[in-house]
Amino acid sequence: MPYHSVVLVKQVPDTANITVKAMKDDGTINRAALPAIFNPEDLYALEMALRVKEDRGGRVTVLTMGPPRAADVLREALYRGADRVILLTDRKTAGSDTLATSYALACAVQHIAQEVGPYDLIFCGRQAIDGDTAQVGPQVAEKLGIPQITYAEAIESLDDGELVARRALTLGTETVRCRLPCLLTVVGSASTPRPPSVRRMLANKLASTPLEYGDLLAEMPEFGSKEALERYLVERGQVITLWSAADVGADYDRVGLSGSPTKVLKVDFVTLGASGSQEIEDSPEGLSALMKELVREYIL
Amino acid sequence: METMREVWVFVEQEERQIAPVSLELLGKAQSLARTLNGRVCALLFGHGISSLAEQTVQHGADVVLLADHPDLAVYRTLPYAKIATDLVRERNPYILLLGATAIGRDLAPRIASATMAGLTADCTDLRIGDYERKGQVYKDLLYQIRPAFGGNLIATIVNPEMHPQMATVREGVMKLAQPDGSRRGMVERIEPSFNGYHSALQVLRREIRLPSVDLKSASVIVAGGMGVGSPENFELIFELARVLGGEVGASRAAVDAGLISSEHQVGQTGVTVRPRLYIACGISGAVQHRAGMDQSSKIIAINSDPNAPIFEIAHYKIVGDLRTVIPKMIEAYRENRTHGDVS
Repeated sequence: MPYHSVVLVKQVPDTANITVKAMKDDGTINRAALPAIFNPEDLYALEMALRVKEDRGGRVTVLTMGPPRAADVLREALYRGADRVILLTDRKTAGSDTLATSYALACAVQHIAQEVGPYDLIFCGRQAIDGDTAQVGPQVAEKLGIPQITYAEAIESLDDGELVARRALTLGTETVRCRLPCLLTVVGSASTPRPPSVRRMLANKLASTPLEYGDLLAEMPEFGSKEALERYLVERGQVITLWSAADVGADYDRVGLSGSPTKVLKVDFVTLGASGSQEIEDSPEGLSALMKELVREYIL
Repeated sequence: METMREVWVFVEQEERQIAPVSLELLGKAQSLARTLNGRVCALLFGHGISSLAEQTVQHGADVVLLADHPDLAVYRTLPYAKIATDLVRERNPYILLLGATAIGRDLAPRIASATMAGLTADCTDLRIGDYERKGQVYKDLLYQIRPAFGGNLIATIVNPEMHPQMATVREGVMKLAQPDGSRRGMVERIEPSFNGYHSALQVLRREIRLPSVDLKSASVIVAGGMGVGSPENFELIFELARVLGGEVGASRAAVDAGLISSEHQVGQTGVTVRPRLYIACGISGAVQHRAGMDQSSKIIAINSDPNAPIFEIAHYKIVGDLRTVIPKMIEAYRENRTHGDVS
């Protein structure tokens, strides 16, 4: 039986590799200067979905919510094997916290069920590196009224509308059986994501959202008009579908800042705190005095 | 009618053992409740766990909501979320806290989504304070303080309108109070009701390995970073830890580079520790690492780079090559320890 998997992905600033260029003079970070990347654990989620498709048949739809430039991660998803990619972009969703984000994504997943077909499995990374909350996956599952399997590292079997999956826990593993449809949040100990395929990169190199037609046309004037370009892309399945919050039936009061119960009171930059520091000489005498002090003060 | 503000703590138990973070949270909840003039309520779910109620009272619960049911024997999202959500809807607590553990991070978003509550993950501090927005003042909100953006920012989050104000809290950041045997609390039994949906998932088996590294309760931690250079050099770190009776920690960079296994990792993505003594060897001191150890009582940093950021939070700085410094330290400790024993 073929399975329709929906993968939720996010474009994130690369917080793990903060470069000198992104450091401001006061020692804080300039977020805008960080490169935007495919959230690492979301690549593992995509890989798990692609393996279901290869082993069992079916298709993989990838959804992201973000600004227009998030189309980059959707192109990457196409290069790795996604069949259909969708960008949910809407200024009114800016500032969404996890509750508002999961609401918008759940609306979009329901819209996918209508437009693309019913889903069997939803995959997402355990957490995104810019927030590290791990909340959006379970909140989407709750809003869709389906069970969740968090920290999934492998699918052991998939038969008769039931899935057996292994979860990575702090102190070991747990194997669970779950009815479909269900949502899995995938961890970095799952199967290593495949690299983009050169063949698929060539086949999808023009893949664009309608917002990008202008730029593409400037690069390739031979298409003549946006309409001609769109016809060409549609024929080759290279249109990145673009939906607004209204398109997916989301209530504007429940997205963005107005739909977010959490408010940021303040943000403090972490700066290095100076403390009364004592330099210890790297010599037998210096180290002996240090040890003596630590023993005397009952620290050792 | 003005109802009493309740601070709820989800008490996580597995195999009838309460998670340390839950006991830490009960103590914190008690201090928040005092500020709010409210009371602490523990949510205790499981099977055959009635005897744990007393322990939650000793750590700070005034009321224990106890659900004892065969379907709750092993943690599963749907039945646990069902009871917690029903209770929240029925009784409207002011605050709901959970440990930021595998279970807490699985359960909390499910409850928050169902009750439309705001939820902040992985808090490292909680306080009570006021918030003003568009001319309106909200009194006595829960300040949920957490590192954000890879540990480079510290954000303070509030949920002004949608209650409960929910937060998960990292293990080890709140101090574990001594149990108080004189505390008295009330136990209220909850009769849960489930339907077919709640059994959509079954646990087939669990393979739990006991932790070989116990960083959280270690009073001395000797930690190594990229500057250690090789797995062989890590032997020096192990040797110093053995001599001092401590555990071995590591930075994320050292773990990622394969110098040591991930169970040793200290930092925002590893374990948060606050030992009596933390010796950082060849650790540059990235924010992610410091977030996990800067509450240590005393910090010694050994680094060959005099400008390493770790020195800025160290109480004792040793500029030198750890391969020669550590053997000298071991020698110096043996000498001084012996003097102490003799006198």
